[in-house]
Formats: sequence, C-alpha cells, structure tokens
Amino acid sequence: MKVNSDWNKELGVTFTIQDPCQIVRKGFGDAVADDLRFVIESVVGKENVIEMTPNKSNNYCCGGGGGFLQSGHTEERRQYGKIKFNQIMATGADYCITGCHNCHAQVHDIGHHFGGAFSTVHIWTLICLSLGILGPNERAYLGDDLKEVNVFHPETAL
Amino acid sequence: MPESSITIKGKKNSSFIDTVKEIIPEGGNLNLCLTCGACVSGCPATGLADMDPRKFLRMCAMGLDEEVTTTPWVWMCTMCQRCVYVCPMKIDIPQLVYNARATWPRDKRPSGIRNSCDMALRNDSNSAMGTAPDDFIFVVQDVLEEYRESQPEFKDMVAPIDKQGAHFFLNQNSREPVTEPDELVPLWKILHLAGVDWTYGSKGWAAENYCLFLADNDSWEHVTRVSANQANQLGNKVFLNTE
Ligand code: SF4
Ligand code: SF4
Repeated sequence: MKVNSDWNKELGVTFTIQDPCQIVRKGFGDAVADDLRFVIESVVGKENVIEMTPNKSNNYCCGGGGGFLQSGHTEERRQYGKIKFNQIMATGADYCITGCHNCHAQVHDIGHHFGGAFSTVHIWTLICLSLGILGPNERAYLGDDLKEVNVFHPETAL
Repeated sequence: MPESSITIKGKKNSSFIDTVKEIIPEGGNLNLCLTCGACVSGCPATGLADMDPRKFLRMCAMGLDEEVTTTPWVWMCTMCQRCVYVCPMKIDIPQLVYNARATWPRDKRPSGIRNSCDMALRNDSNSAMGTAPDDFIFVVQDVLEEYRESQPEFKDMVAPIDKQGAHFFLNQNSREPVTEPDELVPLWKILHLAGVDWTYGSKGWAAENYCLFLADNDSWEHVTRVSANQANQLGNKVFLNTE
C-alpha cells in the first residue's frame, strides 16, 4: 500500500504548512522540513501545496508554544497569532497542516477567532485519507469538503 | 601618598543577566548585542506588554532586574528562537526569558501552566490532565478493540503498552486518549501498515511537559526522567515524541 494524491486530482483542495518551531528551527532544521514536504506533496499533490512566507527554519511561531496556550494571556496570544493568521490567509489555502499539538490548538483557535475559512488538520489524517483507510469518525478536523471523500467503512458512522 | 584615594567602585553587584550568563552555553552571547533590531522586527511578541526582545535584553544589560523579573511578557514570548535565528550575533534571548520565568515565585507563575505541571506530578503518566496509567490503558485497549471489529481489515492492528524490546517508544499527547480517542487511530493504522515495531509506556506515556514551560527545573527533569526510564527499562531504541 502506497500513498498517492489521486483522490485530490479533481477536487484540487489546497494545503499550506505550519512548520513547527520545535521540530524544524529548534530541532532538525530544513532537512526535516523538506521531508515533511515530501510526505505532504505525495499525499495531497505538489500542485495543491501553497507555501507560507516565510517558512521552514525562518518560519514564524504560531503563538501556541512555550505554555502560551495555558498562560491565561488569551488576548495577547491571539494578537501574537494574528501574524500567523494573516500569513495563512495570504496563501488562500483550504487547510493548514500542523505537525505539533500546540500548533494545532493555536492555529485552530486563531482560525475561528479571526473568522478564517480554513481548517486545521493533522498529517496522520491526510495520510490515512489518501490511503482510503480513514473512517467516518476519524474526521473531526476535516472540513465539510472532505467529510464524505474516500470514506472507509461508512456504515460505522456515529 | 595622598591621604585619601578615589576608589573606583568595582563591578556592580551581580545582576540577573550575570547569573544567566554563567549557566548557559557560551554565556548566550548576551554581551554582544549590536542593537540592530532584527530580533524585534521578526518577533511576533513585539509590542505585547509594552516589550520586545531587544528592549528586554537592553533592560537586562542595564541591570533593571526588578523590571525584567516581573514583566508578564516572559509568559508571552514562546521561546520560539526566531530572534536567535535572525540575530547576527546569535544572542540567546529565549534563555534569558526562561530564566526570568524561573525567578518568579512558583505560586505567582500563571496558574494554567502551574496546574498542568502539578497534574503531571500526580502520577506516573506525566499527563497534564492528571489521567492515571490505568485509565490510559483502558482507553487504548477499548478503542483498539472497537476498531479491530468495525474495520476488519485492521483486525491485526496493535497498540502495545510496555512491549519489551520494541524499537520505538511512542509518546502521546493527553488530548487524544482523554478527549478525542478516535484521533488515536489514524496513527496506529499508519504504524501498522508500515510494519513498525513500537510501544507506549504505561509510565511516562504523555508527551506534554508543562513543567518545562513553568520553568520549574526539578519538576521538568522529573517528568522527563519518568519517560526516559520507562523507555530504558523496556529496552526501546528510539524515543518518539508526537508533540
Ligand atoms: S538581533 Fe541580535 S544583535 Fe540585533 S538587536 Fe536583536 S539581540 Fe541585538
Ligand atoms: S523566542 Fe521570544 S523573543 Fe525570540 S522571536 Fe520568539 S517570541 Fe520573540
């Protein structure tokens, strides 16, 4: 079984990537950011990836890290995240892929708070979607456009 | 010999920045700032709490200890290191921030972060939600059972806990087992299809470490050691953190 992006050929759903500071800039550098792109492009199609600027090691933090999410400084956290929100909106992508739980929670929150139309999704969801093994109850973070696509065992929907 | 001589007062008493310089590698280059402002213009925390990274560094350098160890800004810098990345002198401002956090009395640090750390210290899970090892094991087994039945293509899928000698020791953010268990499954499926030999630990399974964010050194070391010891005891080769 191998991932492919055929499911997205017609649909043309677009994705941007939030490089997690912890994994990329503070961790394994641009090499791991390139690996991440290899996986994402294989899964959703290269032509459907729209990069944020700046990205990889020069990426802006989303504002979810360092305990900010739990610090009680909610207004400041969202102000911090507004820059990230603008960067995501500038791509026009339908989805923002986050490879870290803090990023996921923060990007999801600023998306809602500032009224963005994009969804925030884990990479594991997309890999399984592309393999045709993503069940109906494993789609909490997919938008309506993908809720019904390639559903594995649709009869198990809750 | 003149009767009195002018004594030049020696170096000022050790200040906050001097203490930090002693404990971080290369002194964090904290003396080398060119005041160029590259850090400020690329920091998303610039302007919050009337502070920015260069200003914070300059205030430290000027020995304004009272101000730098009380500004709430240290809880708004995420220690993302973008300032270090763009700084021509590679000055470690986030380390300064971390150590400023550590000067706060523990009971004055943000309660949300403190409570999450205290939860992790309650049992051997390390979970910021306080979830006990038994509850984690129950959820994992329950969800696994359900999916093996309802998606028979995955009837042989596994989610081992404390598997001796497994190659990978995998951590899991508490959010999945506690609030959205179905989200555990896609990762298990991928590992299954890829033929990966992995395990969770009954101890130290939770991936988050709020004690680190709290700048509570003893506690974050404790939390980290619980995980590391478990992986060592199981003889796992690679520690995988999903955070
Ligand atoms: S980027 Fe570096 S040298 Fe420039 S002001 Fe900031 S800390 Fe100083
Ligand atoms: S580590 Fe802190 S000061 Fe440096 S860029 Fe990130 S938020 Fe700004």
